[in-house]
Amino acid sequence: MSDNLLLKQIHVIDPKNHVDARLDVAIQNGIVTEIKKEILNSSGKVIDGKKLHLLPGLIDMHVHFREPGFEQKETIVTGSKAAIGGGFVAAVTMPNTHPPCDHQSVIDNIIRKANEVPFYIFPAATMTKGRSGKELSEMADLKRAGARAVTDDGDWVSDSLLMRRAMEYASMLDLLVVSHAEDKRLSGKGVMNEGVHSTELGLHGIPNASEVVAVNRDILLAELTGARLHVTHISTKGACEAIQAAKKKGIQVTADVTPHHLSLTDQAIADYDTNFKMNPPLRSEDDRKAILEALANGTIDAIATDHAPHTDEEKMMEFQDAPVGVTGVETALGVVLTELYHKQVLDLANIAAKMSLRPAELLKLPKGFGEIQIGSEANLTLVDVNLEWVVKRDEFISKSKNSCFIGKTLRGKAVGTICKGKLWEKQF
Amino acid sequence: MPSVWKRKDLVGLKDLTAEEIQLLLDTAKSLQQVSLRPVKKVPTLRGRTVANLFFEPSTRTRISFELAEKRLSADTIQFTGSNSSAVKGENLKDTVRNIEALKVDLIVMRHFSSGAPHRLAQSLPVSVVNAGDGINEHPTQALLDMFTIREKKGTLSGIQVAFVGDILHSRVARSNIWGLTKLGAKVTVCAPKTLLPAGIETFGVRVTSSLEEAIRDADVINLLRIQTERQDECYFPSIREYANNYQINSEILKRAKPDVLIMHPGPVNRGIELSSEVMDGPYSVILDQVTNGLAVRMAVLYLLSGTRRGGRKVNGS
Repeated sequence: MSDNLLLKQIHVIDPKNHVDARLDVAIQNGIVTEIKKEILNSSGKVIDGKKLHLLPGLIDMHVHFREPGFEQKETIVTGSKAAIGGGFVAAVTMPNTHPPCDHQSVIDNIIRKANEVPFYIFPAATMTKGRSGKELSEMADLKRAGARAVTDDGDWVSDSLLMRRAMEYASMLDLLVVSHAEDKRLSGKGVMNEGVHSTELGLHGIPNASEVVAVNRDILLAELTGARLHVTHISTKGACEAIQAAKKKGIQVTADVTPHHLSLTDQAIADYDTNFKMNPPLRSEDDRKAILEALANGTIDAIATDHAPHTDEEKMMEFQDAPVGVTGVETALGVVLTELYHKQVLDLANIAAKMSLRPAELLKLPKGFGEIQIGSEANLTLVDVNLEWVVKRDEFISKSKNSCFIGKTLRGKAVGTICKGKLWEKQF
Repeated sequence: MPSVWKRKDLVGLKDLTAEEIQLLLDTAKSLQQVSLRPVKKVPTLRGRTVANLFFEPSTRTRISFELAEKRLSADTIQFTGSNSSAVKGENLKDTVRNIEALKVDLIVMRHFSSGAPHRLAQSLPVSVVNAGDGINEHPTQALLDMFTIREKKGTLSGIQVAFVGDILHSRVARSNIWGLTKLGAKVTVCAPKTLLPAGIETFGVRVTSSLEEAIRDADVINLLRIQTERQDECYFPSIREYANNYQINSEILKRAKPDVLIMHPGPVNRGIELSSEVMDGPYSVILDQVTNGLAVRMAVLYLLSGTRRGGRKVNGS
C-alpha cells in the first residue's frame, strides 16, 4: 500500500515549523524519513519537484459525504476520492445523514469506509439527538467512537438554554462546537442574499442579520460556557466583525469560510442557475471584501468547502425548490490559489495554515497532521501553483456535479496527494 | 410597422429595450380593432398551437390569453396544476418537453417559482411567454397597464405613476417598474416599510410609506392587491390598520390630481385597498385594462410567432 518516494527539490511550505525552502523529502513505508537540502541515496520512485510546492496535507473542516442515507448524491468512497483529488488528506463530515450521526454505530461505519479508501474522516456528531434541537446527544460516547466536533449543522440550535447546556457539556469533553449560525425565522422564505439583486430577480431574500444575530448569540454563550466555538462558513461582514471583537476579548471562537463565499457574490445568480443556490447565500461585494480582510488579519482561521453534493435531478428543480449547496473539494485549492495567492491576499504559508495547520489544531488531530514532520505518517499535498485548468463538469470525481465553478479557469491545482503514506497522482 | 422583434421569448420587461416595448405597444394598438369587429378573428396564427400552462391558479390572465389565442386563430391546449416538481416527482423541464413533443409552437406559462420561465426559455427551443412567475415579473400585465396609460394620457414620458400596496410580493410592480422607467415615466412606490423590497430605491423610483405623498402629484395610481394572509406573516398589524392608512377612497382622492387614473390588476379587495365608490367611479379604468389586455396579449403572441423557426409573418389586420 505505501510507497517509497523521494521528492526532489520541492518547495516545502510548513508554517508550523517555519519551513519555506526548496528541499528533498524522503518517504519510506509511508513515513516521512528525511527532509534536507539533498538526499542522495534513497530507494523508490523519484518525483521532480522543481515546479511544485509541498504543503502539509489539506484538511477540510466541513463536508457532506451523504452516507448513510443519501448515497445517490455521494458516498464515503466517492467523496473521499474526490477530496483526495482536490488535495485533501482528511475531512470532517457533517452529521445531517439519515440516520443522523448521533450514535456511535454511524461513526464506526463512516470511519471504517474511509479507512478502506484510505482517507481520514473525523466525523462531526450531532449536538442534539436526531438533530431535532430538543435533547443533548450522547457526546461522551460519540467522542469515544471518534467524533472530533459536535454540531447540528444546517439546523442552528435556536433554543438558547439547550445550546448553553450543549456547549457546557461539549467543553467538558473538549469537543469543538461547530455552529452553522442562522436564525431561520429571519431567513424566512429567503433563497438568496437579501438586497438589490434579490429584488431584481424577484426572489425572497435572506438578510445578513439572520447570520449575525446567530453568531452573536453563540459568542455570548461561548463566553458564558468556555466552550470552543467554531462558526462555520461565515458569509457576512457582521459575522467577521463579531468574531474579531470576540477574539480580542479572549473568547474562544474561531471561524471558517468557503471558497465560494470568498470568491463570488450574489451577482452570480443572474440567470436563476441553481448551482449558485447555497446556504448561507452568496453575499454582497462589501461582505466579500470584509471576508478577504478577515482572512488576511487572522479573524478567519480556516477555509472549508461545505462540499454539498446534490443530484442533477434535484438541482434541475426551480430555484425556490432546489436544494441548497454546491460541491467544493475538487475546486477548493484552485479557487483559493487563484483568488488569494495569485491576487496577493495570502501567501502560501498562510494558505497552508488555513487549509491544514489551523484545522488540525482546532480538531486536535494527532501528530502528522497540519505539518511536515520527520517520523510522522506522510499526509502531504503536492501543488503546482501555476497550473491553469478549466473546471469541467465531466471531470469531477464526486458523484455530483453541482459546482458553481464549472467553466471557470483556475490557476493552481493539487497534482498529487499523499494520504496515509499512499501517493495519489494524476501527473506522475 | 418597422419590425425589430428578434426574441424567441417574452420572459420579462427587465431585459427589453425601450424600442422593443414601444413595438409591443404599437402592435397592440393595431390589433385592438380586431375585437371591435363583428367577426372578431384574424387568421394570423392559423395552424399554430399554443399551450397555456398554469402552475398557479389564474382566472383573468388565463382567460385573456386564451381569448387572444382564439382571436388569432391558434389551436390551444390548457394545462393547470399546482404541484411543484418536488411534490409531483417530475421536473418542470420534463413536463414541458412532453408538451413540446406534441409539436406545440408557443408556451404561455404561469409559475409560482421566480425564474421558472427563464430557465425553460434557455433550455428549450419553443417560445415561452411569461404569464407571471413567483414574485418576479408579469410582463403582459405591465404592458397592458402601460398601454392603458398611453391610451388615456397620450404618452408615458414624464407621466407620474404611483404603485400602492404590497410591492414586496408584486410581480406586477416589478414588471411595471422595468417598463415604465425605460419609457420615461416617473414611478413612485408606496407601502408600509415591511412590504417594500430591499434596495428598491436604487431602481430609479421614489419610495415612500406615506400615501398622501405618493398620490399628491400622481397622474396614475396603480393599486396592488393586499393579501390577507400577509397579516399572519407579520407584515402589518391588521387589515383595518392597513385600510386606514393605504386605502384609496374618495376622501383621499381630494388630495390627488383631478384627472388622476385609478388602475388595479385585479382581483380587487373592495373596501380594503380600494373603496367601492372609487372603483366604480369616473377615475377608474380597471375594466379598460382588462379590454386592453386582450390586444396586448395578441401583440405578444403575434410578434413571437414571427420569430420562430423562420416562420413567416402574417399581417395582423
